[in-house]
Amino acid sequence: MLKTRLIPVLLLKDGRMIKTVRYKNYRDVGDPVTCARVYDAQGADELIFLDISASVENRNVLYDVVTMTAQECFMPLTVGGGLRSVADMRKMLQMGADKVSINTAAVEHPALIREASDVFGNSTIIVSIDAKLNREGKFEVYTHRATRKTGLDPVAWSKKAESLGAGEILISFVDKEGTMQGYDLELLRKISDVVKIPVIANGGVGTLQHLVDGVTQGHASAVAAASIFHFTDQSPIKAHAFMERAGLEVRTI
Amino acid sequence: MIVVVDYGMGNLHSVAKALERVTDDEIVVSSDTKKLDRATRIVLPGVGAFGQGISNLKSLGLITALEKNVLEKKKPFLGICLGMQLLAETSTEKGLHKGLGWVKGEVTLFETNLKVPHVGWNDIEPCKGMLSGCYLGDRTFYFVHSYHFVTSDNVAATCGYGAGFVAAIEKGNIFATQFHPEKSQKNGQRLLKQWVEWQC
Repeated sequence: MLKTRLIPVLLLKDGRMIKTVRYKNYRDVGDPVTCARVYDAQGADELIFLDISASVENRNVLYDVVTMTAQECFMPLTVGGGLRSVADMRKMLQMGADKVSINTAAVEHPALIREASDVFGNSTIIVSIDAKLNREGKFEVYTHRATRKTGLDPVAWSKKAESLGAGEILISFVDKEGTMQGYDLELLRKISDVVKIPVIANGGVGTLQHLVDGVTQGHASAVAAASIFHFTDQSPIKAHAFMERAGLEVRTI
Repeated sequence: MIVVVDYGMGNLHSVAKALERVTDDEIVVSSDTKKLDRATRIVLPGVGAFGQGISNLKSLGLITALEKNVLEKKKPFLGICLGMQLLAETSTEKGLHKGLGWVKGEVTLFETNLKVPHVGWNDIEPCKGMLSGCYLGDRTFYFVHSYHFVTSDNVAATCGYGAGFVAAIEKGNIFATQFHPEKSQKNGQRLLKQWVEWQC
């Protein structure tokens, strides 16, 4: 049986791991390669690196991090953040990424999803969506690290991304990120139920139960988390054990 | 010398790095047919669309060299993911395409209510050959594909996703996996070690 995936997310800035709350206020939380080694040893199913470095120089630092991680961790690695073209994606894949994630660039040029999936295969392309409540109290897709409105509905945009060739959707709940209060289960379920491609939930996990809820109530194929692993003594080992006891099919080491 | 064939489809270096972990033999990533002639073992990896894959093999002049070294000289061969699917007679991915035809069967889209692509860790059930004699831990491996190889001959392992499907093939010196051993942590390393020592 296909196992539910548990995916630690490493938010990177200038080669360091950072954490934010609701996408604001950075705190340094360590070295990403060291952290990746630990997650690998603890049986994480995949890793996601999301880079939010502002400048082009720091893109090279990211390449080093990706290459070093790929040399030591023989599990799938997804890299996203600032990828704007097929050339950017090709470079990241050559550096060691197995999948690439696009967010702002996909919203600005939806044809990029089709172009990239034709070149690299659908399963290599993840479309990442940042969803935030707007002033009218409705969920809206935001870009540029949740600073710009798009007017798009996350559920409709997920469906469109799928039709353009996305292999998976990574849905991040901006208002929940770093709060450790759980995913937005209602939005998660709507997206998971409307697309045929796998959905990865991200943003808000504070307890192991949140991971289980993401699957049983949110219908996610994979559950991603960061804060719970940085700031509590939970680990992928404990998370897998908890998920298994809750009746989910997961890998255990 | 083990040659990992570079035909422009996917992340070859992770395959090379994973092989380096399990053997002292020289690992070379190349599209040079002369290197294929000198290789002792050959790996055909691949991620991406079938049509693009077969077209790249053709335009790089690799098909004749592969047939000479694998079918005639019978060098041990490992195909991974697209590298396994290309062995088929045909595929219906984005149009009807002819494959290498080394193994009977066709590649088609998963027909299931479950999510497609099939992404993540799943258990395989070895049925014969190299895999049957090999310790593979809990036998879970990483899969990421929307299409699968339908065949009843030469099935070395199956996997369940909705219905059962072919997870690995073995035909003489030809061995291939739908899953990615280079992405499957310890189990993958065990399998790769088994393959580099495989006496077929």
